[in-house]
Amino acid sequence: METAKRLEWNAEITAVREDRDQEAFARLFSHFAPRVKAFLMKSGSSPEFAEECTQEVMATIWRKAHMFDGSKASVSTWIFTIARNRKIDMIRKQRRPEPEDLPWGPEEEPSQTDALIIEEETERLGKAIAELPEKQRKLIERAYFGELSHSEIAEETGLPLGTIKSRIRLALERLRHSMS
Amino acid sequence: MKDINHHLTDALLMAYSAGTLPEAFDVVVATHVSLCDECRARMHEFDAVGGSMMEDVGTAELNDDSFEATMALITSSDWAEEPRPIRSTKGIFPAPLQDYVGDDIDAVNWRKIGGGVQQAILKTTGDATVRLLRIPGGVAVPDHGHRGTELTLVLQGAFRDETDRFGPGDIEVANEDLEHKPVAEDGVDCICLAATDAPLRFNAMIPRLTQGLFRI
Repeated sequence: METAKRLEWNAEITAVREDRDQEAFARLFSHFAPRVKAFLMKSGSSPEFAEECTQEVMATIWRKAHMFDGSKASVSTWIFTIARNRKIDMIRKQRRPEPEDLPWGPEEEPSQTDALIIEEETERLGKAIAELPEKQRKLIERAYFGELSHSEIAEETGLPLGTIKSRIRLALERLRHSMS
Repeated sequence: MKDINHHLTDALLMAYSAGTLPEAFDVVVATHVSLCDECRARMHEFDAVGGSMMEDVGTAELNDDSFEATMALITSSDWAEEPRPIRSTKGIFPAPLQDYVGDDIDAVNWRKIGGGVQQAILKTTGDATVRLLRIPGGVAVPDHGHRGTELTLVLQGAFRDETDRFGPGDIEVANEDLEHKPVAEDGVDCICLAATDAPLRFNAMIPRLTQGLFRI
């Protein structure tokens, strides 16, 4: 996936948020819905459950478009967290415990540059994961597809997290600074 | 929160991000992350890994009416806006814990479990359990080992065990190798949020007898 494509998804979410743009939403749908469903099925969901959950995930994207912040997460990361939470909520029939929101304070205009950097870093992370030794990559996949419990995940995951660290930490530091 | 010295492990953060932890552990992880910027940043990193996994998983065929059904969901009226997890301004419990207790510390329904120690078990699904513990200063939690993993997050006060000191915001991740005897520091009651994925194993006879009774 190229960064240009990723920025289109950002723009499509903005179009959904600002203009309730159904065509932009249809483009997001055609890219992400089959991936969300595949991810759910790979994680052990039945095709029926995965379909129902995918529809709810996509509907959530529409309804929560105003909560997407491209300067804090990439589009694919955001959609992943919605899919994960929706699946758990449907199984437990209760909302998954999530960390409380940070008081991000006087909201700066979400910066296009931040969104670009976040998407570039996500791109780099994906490449770095793809280049991991087969054995290690399989381990990470199994962890995310629910085939490993937390105690079976090795402490040293060896993930190339350095590729994405900087932005998120920077944002938190900025927050601390603005609050002190 | 300042001065958090004991953090979540990569394995726990990855499993939380993957959505594969039992609910009882989710509560403790979400509560710690609410207090700890370091673990919050790491959690975002693991979420990005999840996004990457989803991008590369391939595609599944959707039902023919999938898009129309989704648009129908969007326009249906029975869709309540979820409240965002924001802490009520008063109190010592982060928002995810307040959700489980119903309110803050004054709303906790404490039960005595001996030695001045009190507990309140929170309602969760699955085999793992999570409870609040209230330990008076200077008092020890009965000597115990673990069959599985035990997470102990300090919310107020502090405790020490054979490994170190744990203060507000600190989390101890103990596995079956650790036989420990946490003792609350003198001063205010030590209030902890503790989760286990297997019953604790007490070493003294009396706690063992009462174990079934109190579910500690």
